[in-house]
Amino acid sequence: MTKKLTINPITRLEGHGKIEIFLDDNGGVKDAYFQVVELRGFERFCLGRPAEEMPRIVPNICGVCPSPHNLASTKALDDLYSVEPTPTAKLIRQLHFNAFYVEDHFIHFFFLSAPDFVLGPDADPADRNIVGLIKKVGPDVGGKVIDIRKRCREIIKLIASKPAHPEGGLPGGVSRGITSEEREWIKETADDTVQFTQVALGLFKDLVLGNKKYLDMVMNEAYKLQTYYMGLVDENRKVNFYEGKIRVVDPKGKEYVTFDPRKYADHMGEWVEPWTYVRLTHLRKLGWNGLIEGEGTSLYRVGPLARLNVADGMATPLAQKEYEQMFDALGGKPSHHTLAFHWARLIETLQAAEDMQRIANDPMLTGKDIRNMNLKLKKVGIGCVEAARGTLIHHYETDGQGLITKVNLIVATQQNAAPICLSVKKAASEYIKNGEVKEGMLNRVEMAFRPYDPCLACATHALSGETPLEVIIRDSTGETVKTLKRP
Amino acid sequence: MAGKPKVAICWLGGCGGCDEAVVDINEVILRVVEVFDIVLWPVALDFKYDRIERMDDGAIALSVINGNVRNADQEEMAKLLRRKSQLVVAFGACACFGGTPGLANLRTKKDIFDWVYRDAPTVVNPEKNYPKTKVSSNGAVLTLPEFYEQVYPLNQIIDVDYYLPGCPPPPDLIVNAFMAVLEGKLPPRGSTLAPHKALCDTCERNKTKPSRIAIRDIKRIHEVEAQSNTCFLAQGILCMGPATRTGCGETCININIPCRGCFGPVEGVKDAGAKYISALASIIDAEEEKDVKRILDKVNDEVGYLYRFSVPASILRKRRVSEVEEQ
Repeated sequence: MTKKLTINPITRLEGHGKIEIFLDDNGGVKDAYFQVVELRGFERFCLGRPAEEMPRIVPNICGVCPSPHNLASTKALDDLYSVEPTPTAKLIRQLHFNAFYVEDHFIHFFFLSAPDFVLGPDADPADRNIVGLIKKVGPDVGGKVIDIRKRCREIIKLIASKPAHPEGGLPGGVSRGITSEEREWIKETADDTVQFTQVALGLFKDLVLGNKKYLDMVMNEAYKLQTYYMGLVDENRKVNFYEGKIRVVDPKGKEYVTFDPRKYADHMGEWVEPWTYVRLTHLRKLGWNGLIEGEGTSLYRVGPLARLNVADGMATPLAQKEYEQMFDALGGKPSHHTLAFHWARLIETLQAAEDMQRIANDPMLTGKDIRNMNLKLKKVGIGCVEAARGTLIHHYETDGQGLITKVNLIVATQQNAAPICLSVKKAASEYIKNGEVKEGMLNRVEMAFRPYDPCLACATHALSGETPLEVIIRDSTGETVKTLKRP
Repeated sequence: MAGKPKVAICWLGGCGGCDEAVVDINEVILRVVEVFDIVLWPVALDFKYDRIERMDDGAIALSVINGNVRNADQEEMAKLLRRKSQLVVAFGACACFGGTPGLANLRTKKDIFDWVYRDAPTVVNPEKNYPKTKVSSNGAVLTLPEFYEQVYPLNQIIDVDYYLPGCPPPPDLIVNAFMAVLEGKLPPRGSTLAPHKALCDTCERNKTKPSRIAIRDIKRIHEVEAQSNTCFLAQGILCMGPATRTGCGETCININIPCRGCFGPVEGVKDAGAKYISALASIIDAEEEKDVKRILDKVNDEVGYLYRFSVPASILRKRRVSEVEEQ
C-alpha cells in the first residue's frame, strides 16, 4: 500500500509550491517531490518590451527577492549596450545590493532559522517563532532587527524607489545620485549593521558551538547532501555578490569549472519533469542523472553555503575570520551540511555590511557622474549576480531597435529544487519508519528545506516565523489516514 | 463571533511583494495584530485552509487578496474567501488589474509552455515532457493545478468591494484601509481606497510644467539624461502621470524615473491606455500627419507602456500578439 504525505502549501518560488512524500510497501520513504505549482511566463511576455524597461518589469518575478532581479537585468543591459557603468554608478548599485542582502539575510535568519536553535527543534511550535525568540533573547534584539531592516529598505528606496519593486537601473549607470547628507545616514546604518551582525554571529556561535545537541544535528547524516556547488567569485576567488566569474566545485571540493557568466548555457541545463512547473537545473555536460547525490550526481547547489564552498575566502576582513572559524568547526571544505547554510548566511551578511561601510566612506559615492552614455547596441546581453538564494542569470536578445526578442532566465531556487527533493527525503526517512510517522517529523522536514530559503523565508514571516505546513497521509485509495498540522 | 474582527490576508498569483508591503507598515503591524484576529496569512502565519472552510459564510470581516488568478487553485481560493467574507479588498496591481504578469495575456499558454519546456536555450528535454495536471511518477500519482489560458484580475472571478492599487500599495494607504474597516468609515462599495486625482496633480515637477507642453520627439529612458526637476513629458520622455491615479508617494519620480502606471487609471476612467493616448495626442507638436506618425512611432511598445500593469482589466483583455500587431 502506497501512502502519500502532502505538505501544501510550503512556499513561493516563481509562485507556490508543495511537497509530496511517498512511502514504499514497507512503510519507508520511497520518494519525495518538491513541486512548484505555478508558472507565470515572464520569458514570453517580456517579448516586444523595450530592453531598457526590463529592470522595471522583472522585479515582479519575486517581491521578496526583487533587487537581484533588478540588478541582474541592469547588468544585462550594460552587456547589451556594451557599456561599463561609471565608478559612482557602480558604487550606488552595490550599495543597493548590500542593503538588500543585509535585510533579506537578517530576516531569514532571525525569523526563521534562529527559533530552531535558540528554542530547539522540538520546542512547541507555539513558542518556536519570533515571539518566543524575543522572549528568550530579549526585546532589544528584536527591535534592532526591525530597525535595521527598515533602515536598509530606506537605502533601497532612496536608490531604486519601492523596495518590493525596485525601478532604478539604466544601461551604464543609475537614475539618481547620492548627496553628502544622505551619505551620513547611510554611513550610520552601515556602522550599526556591522556591529549588530557581529552580535548576531556571537549569539549563533554561543548557541551552536555551545550546545552539543544542536551541533550533532548540524553534522547529522539526515541533513547532509553531497552535491556540486556554484557561485560567483572575484579575481582573487573571494565571495562576490555583484560580479565575477562563476566557479563550480565538485562534491570533493575540487574545481570542476570556472566560467564567464556569458557562457552559462554551456554549463547549466534545465531538465523538464511532468510533475512540476519548475525546470530542474543540473550541470549540463554531466547530463541529467536524476535525483541522486554523491558519486555520479549532476546536481549542484547554490546560495550562501555554496558560495562559501566555491570561494577561497570572504572579501572583507571580519567576515574572513568568521569564514575560517566556520569551516574549522564543520571539519573543512566543502561542507555538505545543509544546516550550515544558516551560518554561512550570517557570515555573508557581515561581508555585505562591511562592504556597505566601504562604499559609504568612498569619496566617489557622491560623485555626479552617474551615467555612461556611450551606448552601442549589440543585440545580446547577459547579466549575472548572486541573488541572496543563489546564482541568477538574465539573458536578453533584441532587434536593432533594442526591443526584446528573446529572454532566458535561470533563477536561484530553481537550481536548488532538485536538491530540496533529496534533502526532504533524507530528513523524512529518519522520522518515518515502518509506516509510522514519528512526532516531530513536520519540524524536521521543515528544517531540511528551510536552509535553502526557497523564497518563503522572507520578512513576511514576521508574526510567527512558522512555515505553513500541513501533512496529509493518504493510503493508496486516496483515503486520509492521518493529518498533521500546526495547531 | 464576539471579539476582534477576523481578517484574512491571502496571495494568489502574486510575487510576495504585496505581503512584504504589509510588513513594511512596520510598527503599525503590531497594532493591526492587536485589533484584528488574523485567521489566514499563508506567507506569514500557519496556513489554516480547512479552518476557513469550516467557518460560517460571512464570518470573516475582511479579506485582503493580492495577486491575480492564473490557475485552478487560485480560483478556488478566491471563491472560498469571497463566500466567507463580508468585505473583499483587491490589494495591489495584480489583483486590481492583472499586474505585469497580465502582459502574458498577449501570449497563448502553448506559446509559453513551448518556450519554457522545449525551446529555451538551456532546456534539456529529450523525453519531451510537459508539466501535467496529473502524472504517475515511479508509481506515485502527483497533481498540479491547471494553468489557465489567461490571467484574470480578481473582479473577473469574484465580486470585489474595494480596490487598493499599487505595485505594491504604499504603507500610508494600507494603514488607512485597515483603519477605515476598523472604524467602519468606508466609502461606497466599489471605491478605490486611494486619492482621486492624477499623479500629475500631486507631482512636484508639475510646477515646472509649461502651460502647454509641445513635444517634437519622444525619447526612451536610456537615451537621455533626464533633468531631475523638470516634467518628464516636457523633456519628451513618456510618463504615465496624466492618466495614472496618484497615491504612490511619487517614489519613482523621486529617483528620476518616469511613471509606468502601477496605480491604474484615475477615478472614473476605465481604460488608462485610451485616456493616455488622448493626453499624448494633445501634446504632439506637429501639423503634418507624417510628422505625427514619426513621433508616435517612437512609442514602440504601446502595450508595454500604456497597459504595463493592466492588460487583463483593459479593453485588450486577452488579445494575442498577432491580433494586436494586425491593428
